[in-house]
Order: sequence, then structure tokens, then C-alpha cells
Amino acid sequence: MMLVLSALWTVLTRSLLRSAIALAFTSALLAMIIFRLNSPIAGIFELSVCSGLISVVFISAISLTHPLSWEEIFKHMRERRARFILLPFIIIFIGIILSMLNFKINPPQVMAVQENDARYILWNLRQLDLFGQMAILLAGVFGVIILFKERIKK
Amino acid sequence: MLWHFFVFIILLFIIGFYCILATYNLIRALIGIELLFKAVTLLLVLVGYIRGQTQLMQTFVITLIVIEVVMMVVAIGIILGLRRHNQSLDTRYLKNLKE
Repeated sequence: MMLVLSALWTVLTRSLLRSAIALAFTSALLAMIIFRLNSPIAGIFELSVCSGLISVVFISAISLTHPLSWEEIFKHMRERRARFILLPFIIIFIGIILSMLNFKINPPQVMAVQENDARYILWNLRQLDLFGQMAILLAGVFGVIILFKERIKK
Repeated sequence: MLWHFFVFIILLFIIGFYCILATYNLIRALIGIELLFKAVTLLLVLVGYIRGQTQLMQTFVITLIVIEVVMMVVAIGIILGLRRHNQSLDTRYLKNLKE
């Protein structure tokens, strides 16, 4: 419940900075849920990378933009209110309907299988995926270098 | 109890989609995409928990987080480049491809 409320706060708040902080809070809550669902390594990644690193990137990007004037803020607020006023009602309506459906899902013990450790799977069974991840990281690094490359002055 | 997690996932999806559709601000659209990523992460972890394969799903989540971070950083770089060019983060001012 807190996760959905936090996500709503992220979307509905006017300030971009507050929105980025709310997103970090949502990530932290999600990490707690992931811990509860027996996935500690994924939880640590979520907490450190999504809640920490991405928030820092967002806040840095927001700090590089200029703030709006008061006139623009009031105009912007009116527009936003008109566009986002429906969202809480939609969420409450759909949430109530889905909660009333209440499908039964098998408990985990029924289908539990003997499985390897996450580290074993990552390093031994999914080696090629690691190369893929490295390629993605390199692509991201080169993308950022190209985006921020200064033009050579003649 | 587990069904409630699925309800939260669906609600997170709706919030993320609504944010992308209703906003004109590029950074806020990116925040909407981030919320969609969070819903997918929770879905993967929950499916792993139900099927009893949490370890395998953790590796998928790690891969997803790596992709998420790279996408976010590159997207923010593009947004800052656009802002430098247009002096605005509003998508309504993005007419450079059209003109």
C-alpha cells in the first residue's frame, strides 16, 4: 500500500526535485518488499543502484535545469491539476475492483524446486548474459561520451 | 496475500503509464518509465517467489537493473542536450525534426 502511495506522490507532486526524492523512497520500499520475498541480492541492487545512483543522476540533471518563474509556476499548476486530477480516483477504483476479485495463488512450497545459488547461476550458467551486460554498459558509456563531447573549435 | 502484490504491480503500471501519457515534461516522463521498471522488477521477483526459483529471478533482476541504469543515464544525457538546444524540457517545443 505504501508503495502505491509513494508512487502516486512521485507522479502528483509539482516539484521535480520532490518527485525524484519520492522515486528514491519508492525504490527503497520496493527493496524492502524484495527482501521479504526471499531475494536479498536483488534487494541490495535495488536499494543501492535504483534508490541511490539513479536518484543522484536525477537530482544532478534537475539541478542543471533552470527554475520556473512564479507566473510560469501558477500556469503550470493549473494545467497539471487538470491533467492529473483523475489519477487518484482511477487508482482507487481499479484497486478496489482488483482487490474484490481476489484470485487464489498457490503458495511457494507447492512448486519449490531445488535450485542453485544466485552467484552460481550468474557466473556459471549465464556467462554469456554477463558479456551482454558488459556490452550494454560500454554502449551507455560511449553514448554519454558522445552526448557530452564538446565540439572542436576551429 | 500474494494476489495483493499483483494488484500493486498493476497499479504501479497504471501510475507509470498515466505519468508518461499526461505529462509534457521530459524528466517526468522518464520518472514514469522508471515506475514501469519498478513494476517489472516486482513482477519478476514475485513470479520467482511463487515458482520457487528466486535465485534465477534475482539474476534476471540484476540484468534488468543494469539495463535500467544505462537507459536512464543515456536518456538524461539526451534530455540535457535537448534542453541546451531548446531552453526547455517541454515536449511541445520539440519541433526540430519537423522543421
